[in-house]
Amino acid sequence: MSFNPLAAVLLIPAFAAALLALLPGYRIGARLNALAALATLASAISLFFVRPQPGPYLLVDDLNSTFIVLTTFVGFTTSVFSASYIDHELEIGRLQPGFVRFYHAMYQVLMFAMNLALLSNNIGVMWVAIELATLTTVMMVGIYRTHEALEAAWKYFILGSVGIALALFGTILVYLAARPVVGEGLDGMVWTTLVGHARAFDPALLDVAFVFLLLGYGTKVGLAPLHAWLPDAHAEGPTPISAVLSGLLLNVALYALLRFKMLLAVNPAALAPGPLMVTLGLISLVFAAFMLYRRRDIKRMFAYSSIEHMGIITFAFGMGGPLANFAALLHMTMHSLTKSAIFFAVGHVAQVKGTQRIADMGGLTETNPLLGWGLILGVIAIAGMPPLGIFMSEFLVVSSTFARSPALAIVLVFGILVGVGGLFLRLNTIAFGEPRGPTAKAQASYVPLFAHLALVLSAGIYMPASLVAWFENVARLLG
Amino acid sequence: MNGIYFDIAHLLAGLLVLISFFQLYQDRLYALLNVFALHAFVLALSVAWQAFIQDAPHLYVTAALALLFKAIVIPVALHRIIIRLGIHREIEQVVGVGPAMLAGMGLVALAMVVMLRVTHGADPLTREDLAFALSVVLLGLLMMVTRRNAVGQVVGFMSLENGLVLAATGAKGMPLVVEISVAFSILIAFIVIGIFLFRIRERFDTVDVQALDRFRGERP
Repeated sequence: MSFNPLAAVLLIPAFAAALLALLPGYRIGARLNALAALATLASAISLFFVRPQPGPYLLVDDLNSTFIVLTTFVGFTTSVFSASYIDHELEIGRLQPGFVRFYHAMYQVLMFAMNLALLSNNIGVMWVAIELATLTTVMMVGIYRTHEALEAAWKYFILGSVGIALALFGTILVYLAARPVVGEGLDGMVWTTLVGHARAFDPALLDVAFVFLLLGYGTKVGLAPLHAWLPDAHAEGPTPISAVLSGLLLNVALYALLRFKMLLAVNPAALAPGPLMVTLGLISLVFAAFMLYRRRDIKRMFAYSSIEHMGIITFAFGMGGPLANFAALLHMTMHSLTKSAIFFAVGHVAQVKGTQRIADMGGLTETNPLLGWGLILGVIAIAGMPPLGIFMSEFLVVSSTFARSPALAIVLVFGILVGVGGLFLRLNTIAFGEPRGPTAKAQASYVPLFAHLALVLSAGIYMPASLVAWFENVARLLG
Repeated sequence: MNGIYFDIAHLLAGLLVLISFFQLYQDRLYALLNVFALHAFVLALSVAWQAFIQDAPHLYVTAALALLFKAIVIPVALHRIIIRLGIHREIEQVVGVGPAMLAGMGLVALAMVVMLRVTHGADPLTREDLAFALSVVLLGLLMMVTRRNAVGQVVGFMSLENGLVLAATGAKGMPLVVEISVAFSILIAFIVIGIFLFRIRERFDTVDVQALDRFRGERP
């Protein structure tokens, strides 16, 4: 049998999960976890070269192969970071070996669920995959079994389930809109078939469906009025999971929204999904930017920063058009890389200091120079300072918005600036000044952190023409 | 479509909305769980009826699942859990019965207006089923926000989910319904196991969500 990359991307994590659940010994587990993630990444990259035909359940196109390579890449680097992080957690007794086995298995189940959601050509399968991803992350958030962790997991569970439920209602409505045109049965849920016939769908039904989908999947993206689960889940779970949540899972939910946006765009009589996404995006951006100021917990602060950036990305996708879509895709990629890098640094910082309270940290550049400067570089990148990659993508979002509707651009720039202020204010406390708290050296793995930052930096300075062409191509697909 | 077929489907879906209203004003957890079991039982009947009139045997699986899992296993398990947690006393509702009922009526009216307006094309059975289903979903949401107690919220979520199953089975020929209902059952099982295994009561002294809030890292 010949090598099938599509099957490999799904089966490697699935088998790895089963194997990890059975294997005792966390060192072997951590290595196997990273190895499986690397193999998944390799198969994901091969999707660029071998493009299987879309079937009723799975689909590979330019849009989702971009997402899947990003997901598997960050999945791999996070698994490397996770190995040293978990090592330390075991040492200080915060985690029991049994839980670590469970943790590694869940990590691969999460990878499987995200890959399935991205590759599915069926809106029902996509829903089930996102539900599975939600469930696994809930369990990982609660893994420390402390008051706070259980509360965060519970909140995430309830809010995530309501979001998932609303998304299912939207999915049923899309099927109902499709049924008179496409016919009953499986075809009514196959995305490629839907998009081919969406012109003839009942626009009113599609409108209502999209509102439900936006609220449902928007909860998982962490858009502003629906974001309440996000800061808790990021702050209380293990840090590798915060990195995966911010860097990947939010993207996957956004990807689901984009698929439905493309569906509505085909139908001229349906409501334009753009303005809804623009509004929610701006609300999230401005709200989260102000929330950055009063944070006492370092992971919670960066969780709000994720809401802010998901707001910018949703805004840019809502604006639409080749340039804004290009900017949004680039921003999403840069944000995933940078935010996960920041969480890698934050994870080690919190381990060194033994706390997540910002007030108890200080002088990090003196006590742990490598870690401190890594964090500073990450925050400079996430704040959108030149010459790093996020500067370029934010600049593109802002300039393309100024060209089309200056009023919105003013709100956008205001939100971004407020956010930058909040981040730098806290960074000052953490990184400079008198050293506070324990000053032990970190046993950190710096490779994932600096690999991400190097990628973000090089993307800001020079992007290869082929990469630009690829993103332009995907941006055109999104309409 | 045969008249009597339609009428029975209509009756069962309408009953679900009515039972959702019953749930809104139950102020004891025991009674609430009993009413929920009734809700799930009527759902099972409704799904079985849809399986019969649509000639879709796979829907019987969904019906059986609703009957066994949601009408029997979950209520019994929750009964035992609330005794173990010692919370089989009154439910504290955030808003009173009167305002909750009024809000519920408003939501049902909203569901009717929205769904009946946008589904001109669909056949009458699907239309009405959807309007009822959305009512049940919205009433479930309302229940989740009017309860402070975690078990009450879970019951609200489960009745919301019953509305979704009603919608999915009402949409004739929808694929993956069984798979989706299984996925939902797993979700619910995890919630219930979560309440039990995490021993929210022991850890937090209460399952009152407002009390949980105290432990947030944000407060100094």
